[in-house]
Amino acid sequence: MERVEFVSEEQVVINEDGTRTETMMLNMGPQHPATHGVLRIVLHLDGEMVVKAVPHIGYLHRGIEKLCEHITYQQCLPYTDRMDYIASICNNIGYILACEKLLGIEDEIPERAKVAEVILFELGRIESHLVGIGTNALDLGAMSAFLYCFKERERIYDILETVCGARLTTSYPRVGGLPLDLPENFEEVVRNFLKIFPKTLHEVESLLTRNKIWIERTKGVAVISAEDAVNLGLTGPALRGSGVPYDVRKATPYLGYENYDFEVPVTSEGDAYSRYLCRVEEMHQSLKIIHQALDNLPDGPFIADLPDIVLPEKELTYTKMESLIRHFVIVYEGFKPPAGEIQHAVENPKGELSYYLISDGSGKPYRMRVRGPSFVNMQALSKMVEGALVADVIAAIGSLDIVLGEIDR
Amino acid sequence: MSFDFEQAVSLLKTEFPQDILDTKEYRGETTVFVNSEKIASICGYLKNNLDFTFLADLTAVDYLEIKSPRYEVVYHVHRFGVDCEENIRIRLKAKISDKEPTIDSVVSIWATADWLEREIYDMFGIEFAGHPDLRRILMPEDYGPFPLRKDFDVRNREASKESFEKALEEDTD
Repeated sequence: MERVEFVSEEQVVINEDGTRTETMMLNMGPQHPATHGVLRIVLHLDGEMVVKAVPHIGYLHRGIEKLCEHITYQQCLPYTDRMDYIASICNNIGYILACEKLLGIEDEIPERAKVAEVILFELGRIESHLVGIGTNALDLGAMSAFLYCFKERERIYDILETVCGARLTTSYPRVGGLPLDLPENFEEVVRNFLKIFPKTLHEVESLLTRNKIWIERTKGVAVISAEDAVNLGLTGPALRGSGVPYDVRKATPYLGYENYDFEVPVTSEGDAYSRYLCRVEEMHQSLKIIHQALDNLPDGPFIADLPDIVLPEKELTYTKMESLIRHFVIVYEGFKPPAGEIQHAVENPKGELSYYLISDGSGKPYRMRVRGPSFVNMQALSKMVEGALVADVIAAIGSLDIVLGEIDR
Repeated sequence: MSFDFEQAVSLLKTEFPQDILDTKEYRGETTVFVNSEKIASICGYLKNNLDFTFLADLTAVDYLEIKSPRYEVVYHVHRFGVDCEENIRIRLKAKISDKEPTIDSVVSIWATADWLEREIYDMFGIEFAGHPDLRRILMPEDYGPFPLRKDFDVRNREASKESFEKALEEDTD
């Protein structure tokens, strides 16, 4: 058995008196509870200080972009769940919107579907931020905040279950709108959540925001300046935590976000604490959006009337020959967007998620590219932790809120 | 007067009259085809003079037997404007040929490009001249083929098997 080498040769310094100063190489991951998935970081340490941090990714690579080149546009939808599985509904909606843009049918989508998607999207954001804050706190030793967060996350899963039957991998909307109308008690369950959640959010805030240990572990830790953040392409709370107010919902509104009254929270310190504050405030804003959306949830059709794209009603498929044929054609060949290419971006909880779709006029995407926020945000880790303590690496990973399913795809 | 797509494109055209090959509009998005040999100076001009500080995405497409030259490297560059209120996004496309696909790296312009270029190298085998650390990023280091090329054989599992067995061997040594 070969002796495991802990010394990283490139960092050896021979001093004037002939003694050697070595840095130690430490492998953090791929199996490590605080890396939020299979992430490996090679740390070069000088005592307890990080000299260099090199992330290694790809352990969860499934080749989603390649897989999607071989299946129809509708069949790609379940794959999008498996990227950012913390907020799979947001990935789904982002993909559906990209397909609708490629088809040029954005104006045909019924208002009811759009408003329902906004509600689900914001629930997804709350869900993701709860996990982000909860696990970040857990990694730093604050168990109770984590439990409060996960209790609320269960409630959101219950809502998703009433809407689409699935809790984690939703695969919910369809190109053209919703596959089924919202359940009758939808408004009731969401209103119930809106009543309960602010209290818990307040509790989480009171556990963390002025908690001395939490502040000491996160304030001034993993700092990134606004200029570096833009240069590294950070998006989401990681960018807004550094004082840049870029939010896709305001920049290039989709789903009618321009009609909602909400603010983009910005905090300027650029450290882990500032990103935490940004996330908490975003949850408050999401609640505000859900309130407005519920008040304006219109009745009427939930899916567009587009016979070439949308499957016929189940009842008709079973009873009418023409509908059955149409069903077969759409399922087997898929709808065929005109040849062309589009990029569509949405503001996922973790940052900008954009799909770049190229159609060659057939029923399968010629190229489906996913620009995931975690992949790009992850690049900032080395810059954040170099010169910091080992314990701060954990705080940095947690505050970036990455998900490896999306980094590796 | 606010800045818009057309202004950006016409400024690019005046600055690089020879190297802006074509522009296209589709579904409200602007695509600019540029000379791949000048990509670094065009990107540098976009960032430093026109304030496109944010590289939203960087990827490639393989048009095997559809277009010649075969590859296109796609840049989505974004300009925030004051208080992030302008938000102009332009797509740049640079065509590169099949034989020794190489293009200049833009890492020195946008640090974002580091991993994105590594991913393109990993998936398409396109090399980026001047990239500080061009290694495979998602696939194993000793993996041979380039998966997102259109002539990649999806049924061939030998390549994965080889690198897996090699890793096993190293582990038991």
